Amino acid sequence: MACTDRAIYSFESLLIIFLRCFPAMLAINILGLEKIYNVGFWRKRAKRALWPLNLRVEEGEIFGFLGPNGAGKTTTLKLLMGLVFPSGGSARILGMELDDPRMKAQIGFLPEQPYFYDHLTARELLRYYGQLSGVDAKQLSSKVDAVLEQVKLIDSANVQLRKFSKGMLQRAGIAQAILHDPKVVFLDEPMSGLDPMGRREVRNLIEDLKTHGKTVFFSTHILSDAEALCDRVAIIHQGELRGIGAVAELTASVHGKVEIVWQTAVVPAGIRSMGAECHSAGDSTRVILPEENQDAALEALRREHLRLISVVPVRTSLEDYFVAQLGTSAKSEAVSSRTLHPATGDGQVIKR
Amino acid sequence: MNARILHIATNTFREAVRDRVLYNLIAFALLMSAAAVLVGQISIHIEKLVVINLGLTAVSLFGIVIAVFIGIGLVSKEIDKRTLYTVLSRPVRRWEFIAGKFLGLAGTLVVNTFFMAIGVFAALAYVSHHLESADLGVLVALYFIVLQFVMITALALLFSSFSTPIFSAIFAFWLFVIGSFAQDLRNFAAMAHGITRFLATAAAYLVPNFSALNVISQVAHGEPVPHRLILLNTTYVLVYSAAVLSGAVLIFERRNLK
Repeated sequence: MACTDRAIYSFESLLIIFLRCFPAMLAINILGLEKIYNVGFWRKRAKRALWPLNLRVEEGEIFGFLGPNGAGKTTTLKLLMGLVFPSGGSARILGMELDDPRMKAQIGFLPEQPYFYDHLTARELLRYYGQLSGVDAKQLSSKVDAVLEQVKLIDSANVQLRKFSKGMLQRAGIAQAILHDPKVVFLDEPMSGLDPMGRREVRNLIEDLKTHGKTVFFSTHILSDAEALCDRVAIIHQGELRGIGAVAELTASVHGKVEIVWQTAVVPAGIRSMGAECHSAGDSTRVILPEENQDAALEALRREHLRLISVVPVRTSLEDYFVAQLGTSAKSEAVSSRTLHPATGDGQVIKR
Repeated sequence: MNARILHIATNTFREAVRDRVLYNLIAFALLMSAAAVLVGQISIHIEKLVVINLGLTAVSLFGIVIAVFIGIGLVSKEIDKRTLYTVLSRPVRRWEFIAGKFLGLAGTLVVNTFFMAIGVFAALAYVSHHLESADLGVLVALYFIVLQFVMITALALLFSSFSTPIFSAIFAFWLFVIGSFAQDLRNFAAMAHGITRFLATAAAYLVPNFSALNVISQVAHGEPVPHRLILLNTTYVLVYSAAVLSGAVLIFERRNLK
C-alpha cells in the first residue's frame, strides 16, 4: 500500500515538474514589456508610454484591453505586432518570439482607424493580404469571397476603397484580419466609427471567432462592448496596468441595494422615506433602495395596485469598476511622486 | 525571387500606374518629344540631333521627377496612412518590404521609359523618315537613363525611410543635381591640395555619379558608346544602389513606427 502511495506521489511530482517545464500554451504571454520614447529634437527627454506590463491570455479567450484614450493600449498592440520595439521586457505569442514569421502567419491585426490602399478594390486588397500571409493560391479566391460575405462587403467587392465609408473600411479591416484563419486576432478599437448595426455585427463576429476556438485580444474604451463580449479584461491607464480579472468577478459585488421598477410615475407614500433614490421617466418609475426595505416597498406597491416591472439587485458594472480604478489611481498620483510601478497581472483580480 | 517581395512590388506598381499624376507626367514627356519635332524642323541639318537631345532629356527629367515624387512617399506615406501596420503584422520582414517597394517603383519606371521611348523613336522616324543602325545608340542612352532612375529610386527610398516627404524630395533632387556634376567635382578634387583635396575627393566619390550616365549629347552626335562604359556603369549602379538600399534597410529595421 505504502509502495503504491509512493508511486502516486512520485507520479504527481513528475507531473508538476513536467507542467512547470512545459506549461499549457498561452496565446499571449507578456513579461515586463515596457516602452520609453525619446522625445524632443534638441533636448531629448524620456517619455514613458508603457510601464512594465505582465499579462497572460489563454487560448480561446476573448480578452478586453480597456483604458481611456492615450492610456497605452495602442502602444501595447504595436509592441506585440513588432511595429515598435520594447525598451525592456519580452512577449511571446503562441509560444513564439514577436519577430517570428511563423507566429505572424497565425495572427490577425486590425489597427485603430484603419486606412488601406485606396487604389485597390476590396477584393484586390484581400487578395494582396492573403498572398502576404501565405494563403494557398488555389484557395485564395474562395477565402476572399467567403470573408467578404462574412463582413457583408460582397456587393462592394469590386469598388475601390477610396469610395468606402468609414464603417465599410472598418469591416474591410476586420476582413483582412481574419482572412487567413488566424489563431489569435488583435483588434484595436474594432467598434470605432461603426453605427449600432455595425457594432452589433462586429460583436457577433467576435463571438463567432470564439466559437471557432480563436483567441481575441481587443482594445476598446467602450465598456459596454467589453462587458458583453469579454471573458477577462485588463484596465490600463497612463501606461500602467490598473486591474485585471474575469468580467463576472469584477461585476459580481453586490452593493446591498435593489432596483425596483414599476409602471406609472406615481410614487407611493412611504417609499421615499425608505432612503430610496427615485427616478421617473415617461410612464415608469425606478427606485434604488437598501435591500432590507425591499419587502416593505413591494407591499406598498401592491397596496396601490401598481404594476411591477422588475426587481433586481444592484451590481457593480464594469463602468463602475473602471471609474473606480482610474479614480483611485488619480488620487494616489496626487499624493505621491511616481517611481517605478511594477505592474502585476497573473490573472487574479486586483482591487486597489 | 521571394514571393512576398514580388507581391509588394506588384502592389507598388499597381498603385503607381493608377496614379493620375503619372499619366500627366508621361503626357508632358510625350509633348516634349512632339515639340522636339517642331524645333527640329526649324533647325536646318541638325533636326535629328535636336530631336534626340530634347526627346531623351525629356524622358530623363520627367522620369527623375516621377522617381523622386513617388519614391519619397514609398515608406513615409505607408507610415502616415498606417497601411504599413497591416503589412508588417504579417510574415513580412522589413527588408522584404523595402526590396518590394524598390522593385515595384523601378519596374514602373522601366515601363514608363518604354512608352516614352516609343514617343522619342516616333519623333526620330518622323524627322529622319527612316531609322538606321546608328540610332541604336539611343537605346544605350535610354538604358543609362533607366540606370539613373534605379539609383534615384534607391536614394528616394533611403530618405523616405527616415525623413518626411518634403525633406526627402529636397535631399533627392539636391543629390541628383550634385551627382550630375560629379565628374566636375572629381576634376576639382584632382586640382585641389591638402584637406580640401581630401574632402572634395571624398564628396566626389560619395555622391552618385549621374554625369557618367549621361551620354545623350554623345549619342545625338552619332558617337558610339564603348561597351566597357556600359559594363562599368551597370556595375557601378548595381553596387551603389545596393549600398543605398542596405542603408535604407538598416535604418528601417530599427525604426519605431509610432
